[in-house]
Amino acid sequence: MGKRISIECAHAASLAVKLANVDVIAAYPITPQTHIVERLAEYVANGELDAEYINVESEHSAMSACIGASAAGARVYTSTAGQGLALMHEMLFIAAGNRLPIVMGVANRSLSPNLNIWGDQSDMMASRDCGWIQIYAENAQEVFDHTLQAFKIAEDERVLLPVAVCFDGFHVTHVIEPLITLDQEEVDRFLPKHRKAVYKLTPDQPSTWGPVAGPDIQTELKVQNEWALNSSKDVILEVWREFGDLFGRYYAPLETYKVEDADAVILILGGFAGTGRVAIDKMREEGKKIGLVKLRLYRPFPIQEVKDLLTRVKAVAVVDRAISAGGLGGPVYGDIRNILYDEEHRPKVLSFIAGLGGRDITVKDFKRIGEKVLDVAAKGHSEHKVDFIQVRI
Amino acid sequence: MLEDGGLIEIRWHGRGGQGAVTAAELFAHAAINQGWYAQASPSFGPERRGAPVMAYNRLDNVPIGIRSEVYEPDVVVVIDPSLLKMVNVLEGLKENGTLIINTRKTINDIRGELGLNYRIAVIDAKKIALETLGVPIVNTTMLGAVTRVIGLVDLEFILDAVKERFSAKASEMNAKAVARGFNEVKIGE
Repeated sequence: MGKRISIECAHAASLAVKLANVDVIAAYPITPQTHIVERLAEYVANGELDAEYINVESEHSAMSACIGASAAGARVYTSTAGQGLALMHEMLFIAAGNRLPIVMGVANRSLSPNLNIWGDQSDMMASRDCGWIQIYAENAQEVFDHTLQAFKIAEDERVLLPVAVCFDGFHVTHVIEPLITLDQEEVDRFLPKHRKAVYKLTPDQPSTWGPVAGPDIQTELKVQNEWALNSSKDVILEVWREFGDLFGRYYAPLETYKVEDADAVILILGGFAGTGRVAIDKMREEGKKIGLVKLRLYRPFPIQEVKDLLTRVKAVAVVDRAISAGGLGGPVYGDIRNILYDEEHRPKVLSFIAGLGGRDITVKDFKRIGEKVLDVAAKGHSEHKVDFIQVRI
Repeated sequence: MLEDGGLIEIRWHGRGGQGAVTAAELFAHAAINQGWYAQASPSFGPERRGAPVMAYNRLDNVPIGIRSEVYEPDVVVVIDPSLLKMVNVLEGLKENGTLIINTRKTINDIRGELGLNYRIAVIDAKKIALETLGVPIVNTTMLGAVTRVIGLVDLEFILDAVKERFSAKASEMNAKAVARGFNEVKIGE
């Protein structure tokens, strides 16, 4: 039986990777991700994990090594953050386009300049169109559970896609919390001990992956990638259901809090949903009809779930920890507003950008956001522009 | 002391390298292993030796969702007394809050100097650390003092967390520092 332990969230990822019995880890250390791979290196060094740990000279090489190992049929993990993910950018597409199951922990970090090692979601948002499944975790339990589930999702022969499990640098990675672990026997009931690779790059059966594709075929290949990513959602839901049936923790693409009778909701990804719920409780005590939505599955985007939920409210505040430069607001705001456009009963959608470069998002910030979105819900119209929270200029 | 959802928030003040973050981590490990819900996190600032740093704990008997920094602590712990002149360690401390200071001074001295109404606890942690560890690293002594003052986490769980964290010899010495901090802290009203 798994037991309740105390663990740093970064190490919750390492523990899940060990229990998943990975074959290959290739990673380059970068704050705030380093604790994950340090712990994995210890597991390999002391014999707790029988895996190949490949030290590489850059994140570009880390992802390249993961691509090779996955193509050869291995179960593969890497982890990175910020500039490291940016340096991988090119190879992220190669992994997804070649349908290679790889699991990656992303300790979300700001992008330079200026040099900033702290958290926001600019890194993954800049790579959001790379074709990976993208899941955002809030706490140690979700980091652990989603990392384990990611292997099963990625390696399912109906999916064969890489999965990024994202969690906020420092505000999640460096926090010590309780975790209900699973023991090896429990994990083995959920996840096959070894990956069963349907397609393998092997000298026994020579094949070419990712060759030249001209105008006559590239469209068809890209469309098939898009189908694969979109249809992975059914498998994701199936794996989450199976995990819940086995261990009692169920997950859904959206996690809602006090939305049933809400006039307005705040929508956010990642760790600050926890702070948001505290603010919702305080506003509810004041009789305000407001709720919170945590978007767990970001790609493939849970279109129907978002529509079903958000067409019931009058206004939505989307809180992004990233800027879509020169665009219309935060990247998630763009997604949400976009899919609601054709709906008959569509809410007003407001963009808030907060928590850049490790800046805290406080209960007070959430309350201010809540007041604004409730005001728009009451008035029924909005002159809202992108609102940068806690900006001193 | 703790009702359902009666969150207790602790803010540790030290300097980079003095082990404030480690002390907060050990406190959280012990609390969680005893069955509490708890959290430890570093302040999210530059990690430089000697610079003022903060670390945070939260303790509750229900799951803790909030993961922002601690702005209105119930307890402030000052590991390095020289910080009293540099940093407003009392910022946001709740009216009925507690201040735990590493100092040779008495509770009355501190009360007089700072003109405070807070509950105050003092401990000469430097002396204890020198006697138990041979170096003026006071974080584990302060951890013992904090454990006593807060009174919700049992000393045995703290000592287990210390054993888990340090090598055999260091853990034995630090366990002594924790125990002395626990026993020798002076708590005012």
